[in-house]
Amino acid sequence: MTKLNDILSPFTAWKHVVREPVTIKDPLNREAADRYRGFHKNDISECIGCGTCESICQNAAIDLVPVDGVETKDGDSGLRPRVDYGRCCWCGLCVDVCTTNSLSLSNEYTWVDEDPDNFRFVPGAENKSWDNREKGYKKPGNGYELYSPVRESMEELEPEQRDQSFIEIVQGYSKEQAEKEADRCVECGICVATCPAHMGIPEYIKAIRNDDLNEGLRVLYDTNPLPEICGRICTHKCETVCSVGHHGDPLSIRWLKRYIADQNPAEEYKKILNTETLQPTGKKVAIIGSGPSGLSAAHYLALMGYQCTIYEKLPAAGGMMRFGIPEYRLPYDQLDKDINYILSLGVEIKYNMTIGKDITLEELNKQYDAVFSGTGLHMGRSTRVPGTDHPEVYQAVDLLRDIVLGNEVPVKEKIVVIGGGNVAMDITRSLARLQKQKFGKVDMLTTSLESEDIMPADREEVIEAREENAVIDPGWGPVEIETEGDKVKGLHVVKCLSVFDENRRFAPKFDEEQKKFFPADMVVESIGQGMDLSYLSEEFKEQLKMDPRGRILVNDDFQTSVDWLFAGGDMIQGPDVIHGIANGHKAAMGIDKYLSDK
Amino acid sequence: MSKKLLKWNEDRTLFPEKNSEGKIDVDYDSHKFMKIWHGPQHPGITGNMSLELTLLGDEVMDCETHVGYLHRGFEKLMERRKYIQCFPIVCRVAVPEPDFNEYCFASAMEELAGIEVPEAAEWLRTLVLEMSRLQSFLAWIGGQAGSLGQGIIGQWTIYLRDLILDRFEELTGGRIYHMYMLPGGVRGLLPDGFRERMTQNLDDIDKFMKDVKKVMFDNYVFKKRTVGMGVIDPAWINPFGITGPNARAAGVAKDVRKDNPYLKYPELDFEPVVGKDSDIYTRADVRRRDLLMTVDLIRQIMAKIPDKGDIRAKTPNVLHWKVPAGETYSRAECTRGEYGYYMVSDGTEYPRRINVRGPSYTHAVALLEKMIVNANIADVAGLMVSLHTYPPEIER
Repeated sequence: MTKLNDILSPFTAWKHVVREPVTIKDPLNREAADRYRGFHKNDISECIGCGTCESICQNAAIDLVPVDGVETKDGDSGLRPRVDYGRCCWCGLCVDVCTTNSLSLSNEYTWVDEDPDNFRFVPGAENKSWDNREKGYKKPGNGYELYSPVRESMEELEPEQRDQSFIEIVQGYSKEQAEKEADRCVECGICVATCPAHMGIPEYIKAIRNDDLNEGLRVLYDTNPLPEICGRICTHKCETVCSVGHHGDPLSIRWLKRYIADQNPAEEYKKILNTETLQPTGKKVAIIGSGPSGLSAAHYLALMGYQCTIYEKLPAAGGMMRFGIPEYRLPYDQLDKDINYILSLGVEIKYNMTIGKDITLEELNKQYDAVFSGTGLHMGRSTRVPGTDHPEVYQAVDLLRDIVLGNEVPVKEKIVVIGGGNVAMDITRSLARLQKQKFGKVDMLTTSLESEDIMPADREEVIEAREENAVIDPGWGPVEIETEGDKVKGLHVVKCLSVFDENRRFAPKFDEEQKKFFPADMVVESIGQGMDLSYLSEEFKEQLKMDPRGRILVNDDFQTSVDWLFAGGDMIQGPDVIHGIANGHKAAMGIDKYLSDK
Repeated sequence: MSKKLLKWNEDRTLFPEKNSEGKIDVDYDSHKFMKIWHGPQHPGITGNMSLELTLLGDEVMDCETHVGYLHRGFEKLMERRKYIQCFPIVCRVAVPEPDFNEYCFASAMEELAGIEVPEAAEWLRTLVLEMSRLQSFLAWIGGQAGSLGQGIIGQWTIYLRDLILDRFEELTGGRIYHMYMLPGGVRGLLPDGFRERMTQNLDDIDKFMKDVKKVMFDNYVFKKRTVGMGVIDPAWINPFGITGPNARAAGVAKDVRKDNPYLKYPELDFEPVVGKDSDIYTRADVRRRDLLMTVDLIRQIMAKIPDKGDIRAKTPNVLHWKVPAGETYSRAECTRGEYGYYMVSDGTEYPRRINVRGPSYTHAVALLEKMIVNANIADVAGLMVSLHTYPPEIER
C-alpha cells in the first residue's frame, strides 16, 4: 500500500542543496597523513648497501647500484638502492626490513615529470623536494621487528666455576639455539667481503637453518680448513660489520661456525668432504711452521695433490694457536681435531726441526719443488723502560708457551701486566688461574696505553677478565719498573692522553702530572710481538726484498722475490688466525700456479 | 520473478509462441530475440565483468556471466613468493575491501605457525576490519541507489566513505591498499587524536544515514522497483553457498563473527541483522542496518582499544620464514559474506597452495544466472548490485 510518507520523504534531499561543499579546493597540495607511505628517502651516509630492501621487494622494484661518492669498504658494499616507480607498490616492507633504518618513506605523493626514466631514481643520491620532510612512514616501534635484533645467548661457565681451571668457558650452542640464531641472518653478505678468507657465511648459516650440517661443513672447508679453531677464537671481523648489528646484536657468526664443526664427527670428515681419494701430482712442497697459514697451505696443497711436509720447531703442531691461546678458550682436543684431519690428507709433520739449525732453507729448496714459510711472530716486544731487563720481568708469549709445554711458570702473589690486546688478556687470565690455584686468590692488574674505549682486546675478553677478579686499569703509560735487588717493587705510570696522532700514527701523549704506582712482585710485558728471521742466512736475506719496516715483500700470490719461496701468516699480514688461513689458501693457489707453469 | 513490473503487450504476434510446456524456446533465427552485452564497461556492473543477455523485448530470457577481465593469477603468484612477499599482493585480490585478505592471510599463517598476536594488535585488527566493512557498505549503498537512478545517494556516501579513508590514511599510511595487518601483528598504534576524529566521522555518518533512509528507503519509486524483486529462496542458500547479507535477508542468521568468533568479536555486543522477505529491498535494508551496526561496533571498539602495547608478536625472520607443514582455513565476515583463505604449507619458505574464497564467486556467477531470467532489462543492474559482488575476488 502506498504511504504518503514514501512520496514526501525523498524531498528531504533538497535540504542538502544549501550545505557547504565537502570537496577539497586544492587537492594537489593537500598534505597526506603523518604516516602516509609516499616517496622514498634514504640517508645515504647511514645506508650500507646491504640489499635487504632489494631481497624483500616482491615487485623487484629495487636494484642496488653504484653511486658517485660512495666507496666500497669494510661493512659497506658501496651500492645504494635505486627504486623503480613503475614497479613499486609502496608497501614499505623495504623500510621495515632496512638494517640501518636509513630508508624511509616521506608523505609526499605527487610528482609530475615528463621523462618516464626519471621515475627510476636513487633516493638520497638524487636531490628531491621531499628529502627533508620529517613526516612519512618510518619503521614502527612497539615490538615491531621483521627479524630478531637480539642475539641468542650462549651458555658460559660462571666465573667461580672457571677461575681455577683451564676448562673451556663457552659451552656452544644447542641445535635449537643455533637454528634460532641462524634465523636472524638477513643473508646480505656484507660479512663475506670483510672476512679475510671470504668465507661463505650466509651459506653455512643457511645450512644450519636447513639442518644440513654436512653441507655446512663443506661450505666451511671451501675457504677455511680450521673451523673448530676459528669457531672459537677468530677475531670475527664479520660480526663487527654484520648489518644486523646496526640496530641490534650482530649475528654470532663465530659460534655458528663452531656449531657446525662441533656437530660433525671427525671420523666422517673425509666422507662428507669427499676427500677419501686424492690425485697426486708427484710434486713436493715444504712448509715451515705449523701455524694457521702453514696448515691452511698444507690443506689446500694436499687437496691439489701435492705432497706436503711441515717443519715445526716445537714438539706439537698449531703454532700460536696452541702455544699462544690458553686452553680455556681453545681446548687442545678441538685443535687436534682440525689438525688431524689435515694430516689425514697425507700431510707429514716433522717436529722439533729448526730451520737454519737442523736443516737449512737451501737444503729444503733442493729437496722440494717449493717452500712456504709461515713462521709467525713469536718474539715478545719490550717497552724498554728502565727495569725491563730485570729477571722478574717476563714476556707474555714466553709464559704462555711455557704453560702449554708444562714448564715451570713463575707465579707471584702480585702481578702487573702491561698491554691491552688479546694476548695481554690471555696472560692475565691464565696467570689469574694459576694464582688462584697457588694462593687461593687473584691479584692481577693489567694496564695499557689505550683507554678503555680503544683497547684492542675483544670486549668480551675484558669483561670476562674482570669477572675473574683481574683489575683492568687502562690509559696509563709505563715509565719505570721499580726494582730492589732481585725483587721487583712495582710499575710507575703516567696518564696517557692519546695514543695516535691525527694521521693515525703511533705518537702517544702523556700528562706527566698524573702519576700512579702499581705495586707488583712480577711484571709481564705484552705489547706486541716481532718476527724472528734468524733462520734465514745473511746471503739469503740479501736476495729477499723487504719493506722499510723489515717485513718480507710478497706479491698477490704470496710469492717472495725468491720465486720458490712463498710466505704468509702473521709475519706478512695479520695478526690473527683468519688472515693466516686466508694467506695460506692464496699461497697454496700461488704455489700451484708456479709449479704448473714451471 | 515473483512480480512483473511492466504489463505484457496484449498483441502476442510480436512474440514467439510458447511450447507445449508453456515455455518459450529461444530461436535466434526467428529474429525475435536479441543478444546484448551488459558490461564490462556498464556502470551497473561492479567491476570488470559482463553479462551476455538474451532478450525478448525487454525481458531477459537467458544470461551467461563472463568473468576473466581482470584475472591476475594471484593464487599462482603466491606460490612463487615468500610468505612475507605475499603480504603486499593479497590486498589486491579484493580492491574495494582489501583488509579481509590481509587478515585472512595473516591469521592462516599465524595459525599454522602457532603465533599468538598481541592484545593491542588484535583490537587494531578488529577496528580495521570494521572500518573496512563500513567504507565498503558506504560505497555499495551509492551503487545500489545509482543503479536504480538515484545519483544523489552515491554523492553523499562516497563523501562519507572518504572520511573513513582519511582515517585509514592516518592509521595505516594508505587510503585504499592499507597493507597494515601483516603476519604476526599490525604496523602501528592509533595516532594521536584519532578517536576524536573518528567519533566525529561516525556522528556524521549517523546523521547522513538518516537522510539516506528518508530519501532512498522511504521512497515510493525505490520500493516499487525493489519490493518483491529478485527473491532468493532460502532453500538455495546452502546449495549455492550464499552467505552474508544475501543469506541474512532470507532469514538465515549466518554471520562468521557470531558462528565462528575471531579477533575481539566475542567481547563486543551485537546481534546479526536479519531480514525476512529476501527481495532487493530487504537485502538493501539489511545492509543499511548492518552498516549502522558497524558504526556502533566501531564505537564499542574505540572505547576498548588500548593506546599502548606491542603491535607484533615475535616471529621467525620474515626473509626466510618456513611455516610448518599443514593446512588451514581462516575466515572472516566481510560485507558480502564469508571471506576465507585456505592455506597449505609444505614446510618451505613458499606457500604450497593458497585458495581465496571470495563470497562474490558464489553470488555473482551461478546465483545471478539463475535469478536474472525473466527480469526486465532495466532491473538487471539493480539486481546485480543487490547481490553486492566484487569481480576481482572471483578472479584470484
